Amino acid sequence: MWKLLKIELFKIFKRPRTYIAFGAIAAIVFLFQIALWFDGKTYIELILSNIDTSFDFSEQFKGRLLNGYFVCFAVLNILLIQMPLLVALIAGDAIAGEANMGTLRLSLTKPIGRTQYMLGKFFASSIYTVLLLLFLAVLALFGSMLLFGTNDLVIFRSTSIHQMSQDDIFWRYLAAFGYAAAALTTVASLAFLLSVFADNSIGPIIATMSIVIVFTILSEMNIPLYDRTIKPYLFTTHMVAWKGFFYVRSDEEGATIKGSIENLPAILKSLSVLLIYIFLFVSSAIWIFRRKDILS
Amino acid sequence: MGVRSMFIVFGRWGKYSFSILFFLFYLMNTRAQTAEEIVQKIKAKLEKINDYEAEGKMKTNVAFIKAPVATVKVFYKKPDKLLILNETGISFVPKGSVNININNVFVNMRAFDIIDAGHDDAGLRILKLLPKDDTADMVLSTLYIDEKNTLVKRSKTTTKENGTYELEMSYSKYLEYGLPDRIVFSFNTKDYKLPKGITLDYDDGSEKNGDKLKNKKGTVEINYKNYIINKGIDSKIFNR
Repeated sequence: MWKLLKIELFKIFKRPRTYIAFGAIAAIVFLFQIALWFDGKTYIELILSNIDTSFDFSEQFKGRLLNGYFVCFAVLNILLIQMPLLVALIAGDAIAGEANMGTLRLSLTKPIGRTQYMLGKFFASSIYTVLLLLFLAVLALFGSMLLFGTNDLVIFRSTSIHQMSQDDIFWRYLAAFGYAAAALTTVASLAFLLSVFADNSIGPIIATMSIVIVFTILSEMNIPLYDRTIKPYLFTTHMVAWKGFFYVRSDEEGATIKGSIENLPAILKSLSVLLIYIFLFVSSAIWIFRRKDILS
Repeated sequence: MGVRSMFIVFGRWGKYSFSILFFLFYLMNTRAQTAEEIVQKIKAKLEKINDYEAEGKMKTNVAFIKAPVATVKVFYKKPDKLLILNETGISFVPKGSVNININNVFVNMRAFDIIDAGHDDAGLRILKLLPKDDTADMVLSTLYIDEKNTLVKRSKTTTKENGTYELEMSYSKYLEYGLPDRIVFSFNTKDYKLPKGITLDYDDGSEKNGDKLKNKKGTVEINYKNYIINKGIDSKIFNR
């Protein structure tokens, strides 16, 4: 299995298109950081405009608010919606790409089972996803910490503001990146499943992108009918649960409780939903592939 | 009445005469202080302070904000400069927080008409300050004064622009300067709401009680650890 995994990883990282995703992430993160470096205060003022009638915000306050942790959160807020598309580029190509090149039948003549072959492909796609996420973490978190320094993190939710002291943040990012790995693996497993049906990688990549876009729009809509009936079952609804690690509990007097998470059971529930989706997508892909007549 | 007659009267009332005289003397010396006298006494006490630097713990209690307890420094310089500074972190400082320093009210008492409103249930003297200038932001300020210790224990200030501020002060170590060890500053907050399209929130079921967060009063509580009084403060610090 390990040998198979190494071969699959070699194949992934041999292809130039693999690095498109890394390049795209680097470009987006740098552009975002540069924009905030030069005009971050305008962005901060826009967010604070809602409460500037009740509070005094000095230049020092705004400067401290725009710290590395805050910038990283803003980057992840934007980028973790786009990243599934980059993940689909590789996972959607896993089987369909082989079929397209005519190497699938040849690969299966080797003394390995189809399940093993599929698991090797899936784990290789998952490792690529995690590496992509690590690359994002290094650029967005450590890069922003280096550029903007560190301070307390303030998260602006729709109807509340959560502030964490700076010694209570780093572990939250570790947990959030861990969760994001599960979220992106869900997308990878979807693309992997769709890849089984096609002989050309463009089909599963575009299909995955379309599903993620439609589901994300549905997840973000605030329509009571969808809230109760559709949203709880969409994996995109649960993909944003990484933010839950930055929602804190407070005591009776409104003071943040250090090390607390507002609703950990909800995050664990969302994580379970994602793991169930991964299991369903991957097992379906294997089940279908085992019965598939390989013609190319 | 001749000397003889007086002697007869005092002689008849002899056993009460000293008591009456003492009572009259007591009444003369314990008559209620006028509002102006109280104000002048407090002002004299507060005027001993040219500047101070105080360290304390600040707790912000606003319905829609969850913030950690912060270590802050409060700087004051005569006549009305005040700064609440979180030296390392971030603190949400409410508008009108300059009013946490009661000295501000006493800087220019000539600008107010003082109305004596008697005593409250706790025995605190109530003085109402009305600005003479119609264009002033302050509409009315009510002071609740501990006459015995010459201290302002509570104040309530209504402004045109920023609603009503309330200030409660507890004194202990710095009684002689009229500086509190603990203040609770209450202020009006407006609704806070950002579109979900911007925040892209994760719905963990914790934000369903949005209406409860509207138009609530916020409070800032500062517990002072120590004051450094009249050691000089550079005015530049207030430009932050």
